[in-house]
Amino acid sequence: MGDMIVDVMDEDTQKGRYLIFSIDNDNYGIEIQFVVEIIGIQTITPISGLPEYVRGIINLRGKIIPVIDVRLRFKKAFKEYNERTCIIIVDINGINVGLIVDSVSEVVRINEEDISELPNINQKSQNIFVKNIGKIGNEVRLLLDCAKLLSEEYMESLNEIV
Amino acid sequence: MSDFNTNDTLIDLFLFETSQLLEQLEQVILSTDSNNYYSEEDINEVFRIMHTIKGSSAMMSYRSIFDISHAVEDLFSYIRNNNPKQDYCSSLNDLILNCIDFIKIELEKISGRKNVDGDSAELVERIKAFLDDLKNNKFIRLDGNDETINIFKAVVCFEDGCQMENIRAFSVVYNLYDIITEIIYYPSDIIENDESAEVIRKEGFTTCFKTYKSQDEIYEHLIKTLFVKELQLTKIDEETFEYLKNNFQNNQSEENLDEDNDISREEEIVSLIDSDKSQFYNELSNEEKEKPKNETHISTTVQNIISVSVEKLDKLMDLVGELVIAEAMVLQNPDLDGLKLDNFQKSASQLSKITNELQNLVMSVRMVPLSATFHRMQRIVRDMSKKLNKDVHLEIVGEETEVDKNIIEHITDPLMHLVRNAVDHGIETPEERELMGKSKEGKLILEAKNVGNDVHIIVKDDGKGIDKKKVLEKAKENGLIDSFENMSDEEIYRLILMPGFSTKDSVTEYSGRGVGMDVVANNIEAIGGKISIESEENHGTQITLKIPLTLAIIDGMNLKVGKSTFTIPTLSIKESFRANKQDIITDPNGNEMIMVRGQCYPVLRLHEYFDVETGVTDFSDGIMIMVSQETKTVCVFADRLLGKQQVVVKSLPQYIKRFNNVKSISGCTLLGDGSISLILDVASIINDKN
Repeated sequence: MGDMIVDVMDEDTQKGRYLIFSIDNDNYGIEIQFVVEIIGIQTITPISGLPEYVRGIINLRGKIIPVIDVRLRFKKAFKEYNERTCIIIVDINGINVGLIVDSVSEVVRINEEDISELPNINQKSQNIFVKNIGKIGNEVRLLLDCAKLLSEEYMESLNEIV
Repeated sequence: MSDFNTNDTLIDLFLFETSQLLEQLEQVILSTDSNNYYSEEDINEVFRIMHTIKGSSAMMSYRSIFDISHAVEDLFSYIRNNNPKQDYCSSLNDLILNCIDFIKIELEKISGRKNVDGDSAELVERIKAFLDDLKNNKFIRLDGNDETINIFKAVVCFEDGCQMENIRAFSVVYNLYDIITEIIYYPSDIIENDESAEVIRKEGFTTCFKTYKSQDEIYEHLIKTLFVKELQLTKIDEETFEYLKNNFQNNQSEENLDEDNDISREEEIVSLIDSDKSQFYNELSNEEKEKPKNETHISTTVQNIISVSVEKLDKLMDLVGELVIAEAMVLQNPDLDGLKLDNFQKSASQLSKITNELQNLVMSVRMVPLSATFHRMQRIVRDMSKKLNKDVHLEIVGEETEVDKNIIEHITDPLMHLVRNAVDHGIETPEERELMGKSKEGKLILEAKNVGNDVHIIVKDDGKGIDKKKVLEKAKENGLIDSFENMSDEEIYRLILMPGFSTKDSVTEYSGRGVGMDVVANNIEAIGGKISIESEENHGTQITLKIPLTLAIIDGMNLKVGKSTFTIPTLSIKESFRANKQDIITDPNGNEMIMVRGQCYPVLRLHEYFDVETGVTDFSDGIMIMVSQETKTVCVFADRLLGKQQVVVKSLPQYIKRFNNVKSISGCTLLGDGSISLILDVASIINDKN
């Protein structure tokens, strides 16, 4: 997969647009304003002592960027990387991090009225990183809270749930 | 007060300018402090600085700063116009330094975008009161005869065989320099011409000078000079002076003399070191007085300097680092293997040259002289010696030595601690010093010099030194050591760097809480520096900080462990070798050790330590690298060495550093093929192993 750089867009045009990626059969969306670029899988330098989901660091044109395996972050089983595996480089509050995902599909616009709160049922099995649910036609996209992906505190609450 | 809506850049500019001016001001004040005299230039300088601060603070409507600077300006305007012959210097300095502190606090508030609410009324009152005192002649000088100019002729003969008569003669002139207004002497070429020593030996050294001092004072002053056998001091009149002036064929005006001094001062000092300490000391204090003054003038006149934010420089540095790596990626590209490319190689070497130069240039841009940091210490010494009733003279050597900007930030605090310690613990009170037969005034030397790839910063005092016995007792008391047999002096001194250590019996405002020295050690180690301590009881202590010139690029040895690459700073590598099986010892707990030339060192397997998969687990297949930090040594086991290389150090991403479990990695670097190598933190590896 070639590098594909998301153009810098105006605040207005970025609003309501989401980058959709998939893990297993689920489709997730993250707000495009956080996305810096998308690259194919790279050589990752592991560092010992990190939680399992932090795979290590990569060299992105001279910048050292930590990468997180989103599958592992979601407590799913590790899957070997292949040519469809992507790293989404995000910038969250000035912290650059790469998110390893199974594949990236598209950028879509989801109108505000199509975004709904999570139904407040069955809290235990709920994925805490999902903030909202967006509808595109009949399909559902799980919209992620990027900041939560990075913060460590949610680790514990996740452990309790699992 | 600043409800005025100014934009941020304006505020930043104001902060930058004002704090620079304050620094200049502080330097002027401190230089007069050692002179105990304000020259016309000093007064003008203070006046100018205060005027500027007044103007800009008024523009920014910072009322409190404006009030103070206005009052000080008034005060100095009076001094400038009336030039009161009074002994006001010391108390005035206290007052002005208070004002500087006040404005600094206000600036701090402004930079935090807080309300500038300091109350300047009290200080302004004090300034006004001071001005009144001045007008009412409250600070009359004690010696009343300073109005009349006396002219003396002195003939000095030196003891036979004291050698270097011309240099000794020069020191006579130099010692007089502060208290005279005009001087002539014969032979006039004592500096340039070594032959003059012969003349002095035969005829004595003749000098005539004008001074405000009395004959007795001058006599006292001159007779102190070393090796003086005979001194004739006679009063002469103006006419004789003029006559002698012509007679001496002395074409040197005072300015010329000054220049000569500058040139020869260095040699002068060196030659005087052995001869007499107080002499040497006088010389230097003279030099001191002149230096800061010159500096402030330079900084105000040089215009073609721009200030750049460090952030931009960091980015530039990063980019150049990337360029170097990209270059290596192109030039060592595997696609080129086996091809004969003469023209390509030619252009490539050209490119390498340019990138090399660029890299050096960028590094040099980031280098800043230590002078600002050093001069800050002057203030600390002054304040402390006043409070503790000690007489301390701070001498600064090599302030022009340059180090990386980042490093300066890391050493300012440690230096402050060391200077405080030296003044508080090291140097005794004047009474104690007299009893010990030392000069009343304690001496503290702050020195910086380049040694190879390091900068050595030396804090040296002539105080009471470190009491080894006391250190050992205290260390035992605090449970830092069990027994103190077989400890070398060096090891004993190192104890004071341990956390929670203080031999000072009581806690003072400045030191004694036992935090401090370990902070110093930590800060210095964090930037890859080392500390060494030397001390001699009753003669003083010398603490040397050995600091790398720059953090950005280090010499490293790359090693391979499984698929991972690690880099060890070459500085800490002692040797590398292939281990013999019979040298390996395993203790009952499974700890491996190796005997090298009769010494036993712990072994650390990198693949185990960093949890890396590798096929090389047998000692005879891999390589041992002996690394040491200070006195401790560990042998590190890796698969193989890749080679030595200059590496651009990059810090680990903040996100990674947040995980506390990341151990013994101080940073990372990019290799020629674009892959990442982790830089080992030798100090923490060794600590882990012990």
